[in-house]
Amino acid sequence: MANPVTNLRNTAEEFKAMSPKDKRRAVIDNILNNALYILMLIFVIYTAAMRPNFLSLGSLANLVTQVAAYLPMALGIGGCIVLTGTDLSAGRVMGLTAALSGVLLQKTDFVNKMFQNLPEVNTFWILATMLIVIALGALIGLVNGFFVAKFSLHPFIVTLSTQLITYGIILWFFSLNGNNGQPISGLSDAYKEFVGGTMFRLGNTAVPRYVAYAVVLTALMWFIWNKTTFGKNMFAVGSNAEAAKVSGVNVFLTTMLVHTLAGAMYGYAGFIEGVRSGSVAPNAGLNAECDAIAACVIGGVSFVGGTGKISGIVMGVCVLRLIFVALTMLGVDSSSLYIIKGAIILCACALDMRKYLAKK
Amino acid sequence: MQQNVLLKMEGISKSFPGVKALDKVSLEVHAGTVHALMGENGAGKSTLMKCLFGIYSKDEGRIYLDGREVNFKNSKEALENGVAMVHQELNQALKRSVMDNIWLGRYPTIGGIAVNERKMYKDTTAVFEELGIKVDPRRIMSTMPVSQRQMVEIAKAVSYNSKVIVFDEPTSSLTEEEVEHLFKIINMLRSRGVAIIYISHKMAEIKRISDTITIMRDGKWVATEPAANLEMNDIIRLMVGRELTNQFPPKTNTPGEVYLKVEGITGMYNHLRDVSFEARRGEILGLAGLDSSGRTETLESIFGVRTRKEGTITLDGKPCLNRNAGESIKNGFALLTEERRATGIFGILSVKDNTVISSLGRHKRFGIYLSEKSQREDTQRYIDAMRTKTPSQDTKIRSLSGGNQQKVIIGRWLLTDPEVLLLDEPTRGIDVGAKYEIYQLILDLANQGKTVVMVSSEMPELLGICDRIVVMSGGRVAGEVDARNTTQEQIMTLAAKYV
Repeated sequence: MANPVTNLRNTAEEFKAMSPKDKRRAVIDNILNNALYILMLIFVIYTAAMRPNFLSLGSLANLVTQVAAYLPMALGIGGCIVLTGTDLSAGRVMGLTAALSGVLLQKTDFVNKMFQNLPEVNTFWILATMLIVIALGALIGLVNGFFVAKFSLHPFIVTLSTQLITYGIILWFFSLNGNNGQPISGLSDAYKEFVGGTMFRLGNTAVPRYVAYAVVLTALMWFIWNKTTFGKNMFAVGSNAEAAKVSGVNVFLTTMLVHTLAGAMYGYAGFIEGVRSGSVAPNAGLNAECDAIAACVIGGVSFVGGTGKISGIVMGVCVLRLIFVALTMLGVDSSSLYIIKGAIILCACALDMRKYLAKK
Repeated sequence: MQQNVLLKMEGISKSFPGVKALDKVSLEVHAGTVHALMGENGAGKSTLMKCLFGIYSKDEGRIYLDGREVNFKNSKEALENGVAMVHQELNQALKRSVMDNIWLGRYPTIGGIAVNERKMYKDTTAVFEELGIKVDPRRIMSTMPVSQRQMVEIAKAVSYNSKVIVFDEPTSSLTEEEVEHLFKIINMLRSRGVAIIYISHKMAEIKRISDTITIMRDGKWVATEPAANLEMNDIIRLMVGRELTNQFPPKTNTPGEVYLKVEGITGMYNHLRDVSFEARRGEILGLAGLDSSGRTETLESIFGVRTRKEGTITLDGKPCLNRNAGESIKNGFALLTEERRATGIFGILSVKDNTVISSLGRHKRFGIYLSEKSQREDTQRYIDAMRTKTPSQDTKIRSLSGGNQQKVIIGRWLLTDPEVLLLDEPTRGIDVGAKYEIYQLILDLANQGKTVVMVSSEMPELLGICDRIVVMSGGRVAGEVDARNTTQEQIMTLAAKYV
C-alpha cells in the first residue's frame, strides 16, 4: 500500500491544481459524502453543551452497552441486504429465542417455572442453551433462505410470512403448561451473570460481559465477510447473481447460508435479550428488525446490493444509539424521537445513494 | 449539398478530472448523408455524442442545428427537436410491450387522462410497416431477441420524425441478414433527407454505408474525408496512429488429437437438437450461424448453465456430466458469456474481486482464510499479461472500457486453469487494437494446447483465426467447413439450411 502521507500530499496537490469551480464542487462533494458524520458531530457538541453529563464516562458506558445489544441483529441482517434482500422476521425470531432461553434457564426453585424437569443451571447448561437458541434461529433462517433461493421469492415476502409464523409459535409457546401468556421471569442468577455480569466500570456505570461478546462477534463477521470464499461469493451474488452463477458460484448455497447465518445471529441476540429485558414478554423483539435495517443503511450497506462493510454497520448502530441516548438526555418526548429517527434514516439513505448514482 | 449543413458542432471541449476527453472537436453533418464517426474506444466518440444530447455539459464550443444554436439539457429535449440516438446498450423497459416503449413519455391520451391504446397500436403499426419491421406492437420486450429490440429502438427514433439520428454501434448484436435490413432502413432515411451519424468499429460496414468519414483519436479530431477516398488501411492507420498491417495475427497453432467430443446435445427448454461436434487440442473451432441458430445455447449447454435433455460430453475419453457451472469449471471448462454486462461483470466490485471470483480456492490458507496477498499477485499477473488498462486493482470494473472489462474476465477464466475455453462473441464492442490483442491471446492459448470453441457473428473474424468452423442453423448442426478454404457464401448457405 502507498504511504498515506504521500497520498495526502498528492491529494492536496491535485486539489490545488483544480479550477475554482472544480474546487468548490470537490469541497461540496466531500461535505455531502460525510454529511452524516458532520451532523452527528454538531449534534454531539450541542447535546454536550446543553447537558454536560453527556460527555461523562458513564454515558459512554451506557452507549457502548446499547450498541453491543443492538449490533448482532444488524450484523446478521446486513448480509441479507448485501444480497439485495431484507429480513422482516428478525425481531420475532429474537423474541422466540429470548423466550426459549428464559424458559430453559429459569431458577430451579422459581414458583412459576414452566418446565420442571430441566438440568441444573450451570455453565455447561448455559452454553448448551446458547447453542440451542442459536440453532433455532439458524433453522428459521434456513427456511427463509430455502424459499428465497429455491423459488426465487423476494425475501420481503418470505420473511414477512416467517415473521407471522414465528409470532404464532411465540403465542403458542407462552400458553404452554398453563402459562397463559404471562411474561417469563425468574431467570437464574448464573444466566444473568454469564450475560450481564460486570466486566469493569466506566465512571460509575457497569460494562456488562456481552460487550466483549459483541466485539468477538464483530471480528468474526468481519473475517467471514472479507476473508472467506463464502463472503466473496456473497458480494458477487449481491452484485450480479447471473454472472455469479456463470462464474461457478453456487448461488443457491450462498443465499441459504447468508440467511442461515443471519438467523443464527438473531438467535444469539435473543439469548442476550432474555437477560436484558429481565422478563420476556410475548411482544419481545417487536419491530427490532427496523432498527437493524436502519442501522445497516445508515452505515452504507446499500439496497443496491453488493456493497457494505462491517465497520459501516457498527457505525450505523452507533449513530442510531447515540441519537437515542442524546435525545433521551435532552428530554425529548417519544413522539419527536420517532420523527427524528425517521428523518435521519431518510437523509442517510439519500446521501448514500448519491455515491452510487453515475455522475454525469 | 455543401450548403445544407444540418448539424454543426464547433470546437467542443470537455474535461474530466485528470483527463481531457474532448479537445476542440468539430463535426459537420449534411442532410441526406451518412456520416461515420470512427475511432478506438476512448477516442471520444461517445463523449462527443453525450455532449450533443446534454448528458454531459460541454466546457466550450457551440452546436448548431439547422443554423440555429442549440443547447440541449437532456435527451428528451434533443428528441423533441428532432435529434435522436439509437444506443449501443439498450435501455428499455423490458417488462412492457413494444408500443409502450416507443411512446413512453408521450403517450397519446383521450381527454388528457386515459392512454389511447388504439391510437398507439395504429401508429406503431404504421411506423413498423414503413420500416418493414415484422414485430407485434403488443409483444413484451423481454421475450424478443436483442436484434429485434434494437429495431424497436430505431422505430422509436423514426417515430419522432427526427432530422438527425445517431446510431451507436447498431450492428454489434445483429446477424448479417439483420444488418442488411438495417442498411435498407438507413438508406431509406437518407433518401428522406435525414442526417445520420453512424458510430461503428466495423470497417466493411462503414465503407458500404457511409458518405463521409470523420476519424477521432485521443479526444481530438484527426480527419474528415469522403468515404470513397479512404481505404480500410488508411482508416486503421488514422485511428490507431500507427500502421496496422494485419487485422489478424499470423496463425501459429497446430491442432493435435481429438480432445473434446460433444454428442447429441438436445435442449430441455430450447430448440437445440442433436448437436454433435469434436474439437482437438490446440484447435480453434468456430461456431457460425445466424442469431437464434443455437450457438450460444450450445456453449451454455456444454457448460451446464442450460438444461440438457440428452447428450454427452467427453473430454479426453472421459465423460463429463457438467451439471452446473461449478462442476464444469472443475472438469476444466470455462465460458466467456455473450452479454458482458448482464452475465459477465460484477459492475460495482473491483477489478481484483472480478478477477479472482472463479478461483478463490487457490487463495485459501488453513482451509478457510483467503490470502489478500496471493489474490493481489494473481490479479496483477493478469493485468500485466493482458496489458489491461486500469488505474488500480481496486477500481470498480464498470468504469473500465469494454475491451479492458473483457480482458479482466478472460483473466478470471485463465486463473481456473481451463483446458477447454468456450468463448461467446469474445470481441463484441471492442475496438480494433484491443481486438487484435484478444485474437493473439486466443492463438496463444491454442498454442499451449488448449481447446478453444468460439462463437462469433463476425464472419471475417471466424475465417481469420479459426481452424474449422461448425455452422449451425435452427438449433442443429448444418455442416462443417475448413476455415482455410471456405467462403462467406458457403457458410451463409449452410446457415440458412434449417431456417
